[in-house]
Amino acid sequence: MLKSLILILMGGVLINNYVLQRFLGICPFLGVSKKLKQASGMGVAVTFVMLCATAATWPVQTYILEPNGLGYLQTIAFILIIAALVQFVEIVMKKFIPALHRSLGIYLPLITTNCAVLGVTINNITDGYGFLESMVSSLGVGIGFLLAMVLFAGVRSRIENCPAPKSFQGLPVTLVAASIVSLAFFGFTGIVTNVIEKIFG
Amino acid sequence: MEIIIPVIVLLAIGLLAALLLTVASAKFAVPEDERAAEIRECLPGANCGSCGFSGCDGYAKALSEGKCNKTNLCTPGGADAAAKISQILGIEGEAPVPRVAYVACGGSCSPEERKYRYEGTASCRGANMLYNGDKKCTYACLGYGDCARVCPRGAITLSDGTAHIDPTACIGCGVCAAECPNGIIHVVPVTVRISVRCSNRDKGAAVRRACTHGCIACGKCVRTCERGAIKLIDNLAVIDYSLCTACGKCREVCPVGAIEEENFSCGMKIS
Repeated sequence: MLKSLILILMGGVLINNYVLQRFLGICPFLGVSKKLKQASGMGVAVTFVMLCATAATWPVQTYILEPNGLGYLQTIAFILIIAALVQFVEIVMKKFIPALHRSLGIYLPLITTNCAVLGVTINNITDGYGFLESMVSSLGVGIGFLLAMVLFAGVRSRIENCPAPKSFQGLPVTLVAASIVSLAFFGFTGIVTNVIEKIFG
Repeated sequence: MEIIIPVIVLLAIGLLAALLLTVASAKFAVPEDERAAEIRECLPGANCGSCGFSGCDGYAKALSEGKCNKTNLCTPGGADAAAKISQILGIEGEAPVPRVAYVACGGSCSPEERKYRYEGTASCRGANMLYNGDKKCTYACLGYGDCARVCPRGAITLSDGTAHIDPTACIGCGVCAAECPNGIIHVVPVTVRISVRCSNRDKGAAVRRACTHGCIACGKCVRTCERGAIKLIDNLAVIDYSLCTACGKCREVCPVGAIEEENFSCGMKIS
């Protein structure tokens, strides 16, 4: 049990990194990765929202939609739930944790329509995870998103100071760099699974 | 008839979500000061930070909460913004003096002023980490344009390997002064006419070896000044603007041309 949970967690962080391997959530990845502080703030906010969203959508799918044969409503129902949830979290946060709201608040509306959040909730259902596994998977994916954001913020700060050819300046060179970072993550595919197999026998 | 069930289910989820949000927004409403939004409207929104707060929003919030009662801190907004803010808050505010920044370095990019060829990251901060920059003078403008990159108005241009600030475009926010690794950009009231364009605090002989325009601390300006407004501090002429009458005599006697006379409000240099 523990082994499979760790596999799911590490899989979300490294092997199936949503940004760099599945190419979900590219918009905030390119938009908010200019500065390390903003990138990590966004990463933490996305992780938090992913956990909340999974906790809300998994029971809805399992206990409301599927027993009534409405599995095909998944996408539209999840979008509705996630959007409402993010707004709710923002209101509550503003009231009770103003400090956190100041640091994460501006990212929350951006996350409302983030495809990585929708993607992780739907994939949890498709992969047939139970509730605990779904939560661990969301946590892993969120940390993976945070990792990708933080790494790429570092890469970008180096790019900013490099004289790129005029036609490559700005977004083109950023996309090229993103593809190289993505290629680097392919290296984890075999390593992580084997390492965990070795540790847990 | 099959369509009715999914429609009802979705409607139910939507209504539940709407109910939740309505209740939450009513129950957890945070009272906000309307004046903060009004003040924010008066500010230019450059988020330059010259007021000392975290951007325009921070300044507006501090004013509305009474944590700050100075309405003239916004340099880019000028007298206009100060007057409007004072009106909103209903307090008397002082009129701000517009400020401009100038670069206290008259060096150029000639090869003999370089001690090595710098090929690293094209930034002053990077060059400064390597033996205090590639210029012979360790107080020099390194000319890689860190200040130009942060200037919210694009008022800084690079020519001859040093930065030049267009005083007519400068809003005096001081972001460049904070960014310069050598700290040689100064922000002064726009009424200032005479400025020392050198920051070198080395002894005269050392300055001579590094630059032709550097202040060698000969003291001629100090002796010439009728008001005693110039003092030598750490081998550098420093002007006390509360005494300076902008007569320009110090500029005439300076043997190296380190003192300049410039009308900041129109950008005219007198030479």
